[in-house]
Amino acid sequence: MAIYLDHSATTPMREEAAEAWLATSRAIGNSSSIHSHGQSARQALEEARETVARTLGVDAIEVLFVSGGTEAINLAIKGLYWSRNADGGRPVVVASRGEHHATLDTIEWLAEHEGAEAAWVRLSDDGSIDVDDLARVLRAHAGRVALVTVLAANNEVGTVESLEPIARLTTVAGVPLHIDAVAAYGHVRLDLGALRSSAGATGAMGPVALSVSAHKIGGPQGIGALALDRSTTIEPLLHGGGQQRRLRSGTQDVASAVAFARAAEVTVKEMAGEDARISSLRESLVRGVLDAVPDAVLNGVSLSADDEHGPVRLPGNAHFSFPGCQGDSILFLLDMAGISVSTGSACQAGVPEPSHVLLAMGRSEEVARSALRVTLGHTTTQDDVDAFLAAIPGVIRSARKAGLSERDVAVR
Amino acid sequence: MSGGVDSAVAAARAVDAGHEVVGVHLALSRMPGTLRTGSRGCCTIEDSMDAQRAANLIGIPYYVWDFSERFKLDVVDDFVAEYSAGRTPNPCMRCNEKIKFAALLEKAVDLGFDAVCTGHYARLDRSASGAVELHRASDEAKDQSYVLGVLTAEQLAHSMFPLGETPSKAVVRAEAAARGLSVASKPDSHDICFIPDGDTRGWLAERVGAETGSILDRAGNVVGDHDGAHAFTVGQRRGLRLGVPADDGKPRFVLEVRPKTNEVVVGPKEALAIAEIAGARFSWAGEPLDEPGDWFDCDVQIRAHADPVPARARIAPTSDGEEFVVVPARPLDGVAPGQTAVVYLGTRVLGQFTIDRTVSAVPVTVDA
Repeated sequence: MAIYLDHSATTPMREEAAEAWLATSRAIGNSSSIHSHGQSARQALEEARETVARTLGVDAIEVLFVSGGTEAINLAIKGLYWSRNADGGRPVVVASRGEHHATLDTIEWLAEHEGAEAAWVRLSDDGSIDVDDLARVLRAHAGRVALVTVLAANNEVGTVESLEPIARLTTVAGVPLHIDAVAAYGHVRLDLGALRSSAGATGAMGPVALSVSAHKIGGPQGIGALALDRSTTIEPLLHGGGQQRRLRSGTQDVASAVAFARAAEVTVKEMAGEDARISSLRESLVRGVLDAVPDAVLNGVSLSADDEHGPVRLPGNAHFSFPGCQGDSILFLLDMAGISVSTGSACQAGVPEPSHVLLAMGRSEEVARSALRVTLGHTTTQDDVDAFLAAIPGVIRSARKAGLSERDVAVR
Repeated sequence: MSGGVDSAVAAARAVDAGHEVVGVHLALSRMPGTLRTGSRGCCTIEDSMDAQRAANLIGIPYYVWDFSERFKLDVVDDFVAEYSAGRTPNPCMRCNEKIKFAALLEKAVDLGFDAVCTGHYARLDRSASGAVELHRASDEAKDQSYVLGVLTAEQLAHSMFPLGETPSKAVVRAEAAARGLSVASKPDSHDICFIPDGDTRGWLAERVGAETGSILDRAGNVVGDHDGAHAFTVGQRRGLRLGVPADDGKPRFVLEVRPKTNEVVVGPKEALAIAEIAGARFSWAGEPLDEPGDWFDCDVQIRAHADPVPARARIAPTSDGEEFVVVPARPLDGVAPGQTAVVYLGTRVLGQFTIDRTVSAVPVTVDA
């Protein structure tokens, strides 16, 4: 039987969400229409918006449904940039190089086409933001910063960011903060309102925007949300019918929104118990791997580091480097054994690239190429972990033989 | 699986023959183009998607393996270096030698595979003793045994060429169509895959640099100038733009390229005739000859699409080792150092060497 250990790529749709989607998809009506068909679609949509809003600690009006995490991030970064830098006075975008490509490539595009200046913040070697460095960057560019964007949790190495200090820094500096919470959603408590209060943020500064995606929590692929504080103005990416505060024109996908809300509701309700269950499975997986492969390295935060404020590592995340192996060889061999895992990021041709997150954390290219991400989720059982652990010694032996592509080859 | 019709049909045939097959697409560039253009039938995202669709249809797993760094080092950089040194390399052979049947094969064997199966048109004969012979394809018009001439016995033992017995490419296309493969009518690729627009001279000029130099006749008289010696290959006639006609009024051809002095030597067609070629870098495609010291009869082929020429050959000792020497029955035209000579016994590929020494058939020192 095929074993799925790539829940950070996407996690299986929850049954409740699938049922909700199917039921809603059969209803007639455009949520923007005035007649009763339209009104009933609108009702389902707005109930979904309220549910999602509750899971993010914002008001319903602050939730914009979009096509997914990538669009949410693009809308937040470009929208804030265009709005803040309209007169060219605030071109600086602050981020770390360990961000998701949706962020990195958006910043790169803004730099190439819209005159943005990227200011990169150092990452600590566990993958978290070096807050002192962030403070230094904000001071160095005082008055010229369009926005700061950070990850709530790193999608590759699983490091959960401590958002309070960053929220305070950006609030004091008077710059808006976007939080990419795509990987954190459903595993870590997210509350944009509480974060704003604790940082003393009022108006369009400090934490103002937060991106999430439905399919990472058991909702459908193709929908996500940007929570955008009501005081904040941004420029839209899409123009048209003026839906969703005129910030995201286009007929809204009611069935997906309802399924998203259902997944969010169930996930958040079960979060505490699931986090504990998955975290203990993950612990047995990590221990098993380190026993079987003594020189394997667990990247990110160590497992013992969780504190009382919540996990400092995503509960389902195990991210390893296997010295002398190429990540894609391990992935291939596991796939042949019926086990799906990930090397992290792949470019569009399907070529595994050295993990840019590990490079940003200061690891060598060789270590970054030997990375393997194993992520557990709501369907994972001890049997899955056991099957993975049974396969790993042989897989690493073969992968080590195949080695790294840099070495000199000769057929023996 | 390049995304072309040949490798797709080869994969399908390997599946039919009962093998456990996995489709592998080689990523040879870190920055692949998005869409296929012109006659360059590989290496874009579109090609990798074509390969994946073919693998889906055949029902085999599919992966992209990254050999871009090795490809750059062993094929692209080598291509530039060879041209810079005034030689004319064949990058497809180099890719077979260093990537497809070396880096890829080694990785595959380490990961538990038995062989690399490709869509090349060539045949393998496996004797009962386990020795493998490489032969020309049944369809001589499509025969690609020349570019496989660099493979050693060990590499051939781990190779499969399911298209080698096919009577013609048309049969392969018809079979692809019958199997429902969308690449059935995809055009053949025939340019160098890493030169996107097919403009080899322009591409080389960017890397080697274009500097004006002299065109000389064999007496050393300057008869014209050029924009960079690397753009010329031995035997070339077009593009010389010689203002002064030859005394005899006959067309002139490139006889020699001298990269060190950035000079190109031209002369009449007769002067291109080569009576002997030799090279110290040689390999056997399978079993070596028993008595290498003696002359033996063979055929020699010096380009992928040249006709084979009957010849005599032997392995001769040199001051610092030995070299493969071939004396063709009639003089060869357009031989450039750096080219590969593949030596055949009938349809069988015996081995190959890189030409590093030639002897002119017409020892003329001064143009008539």
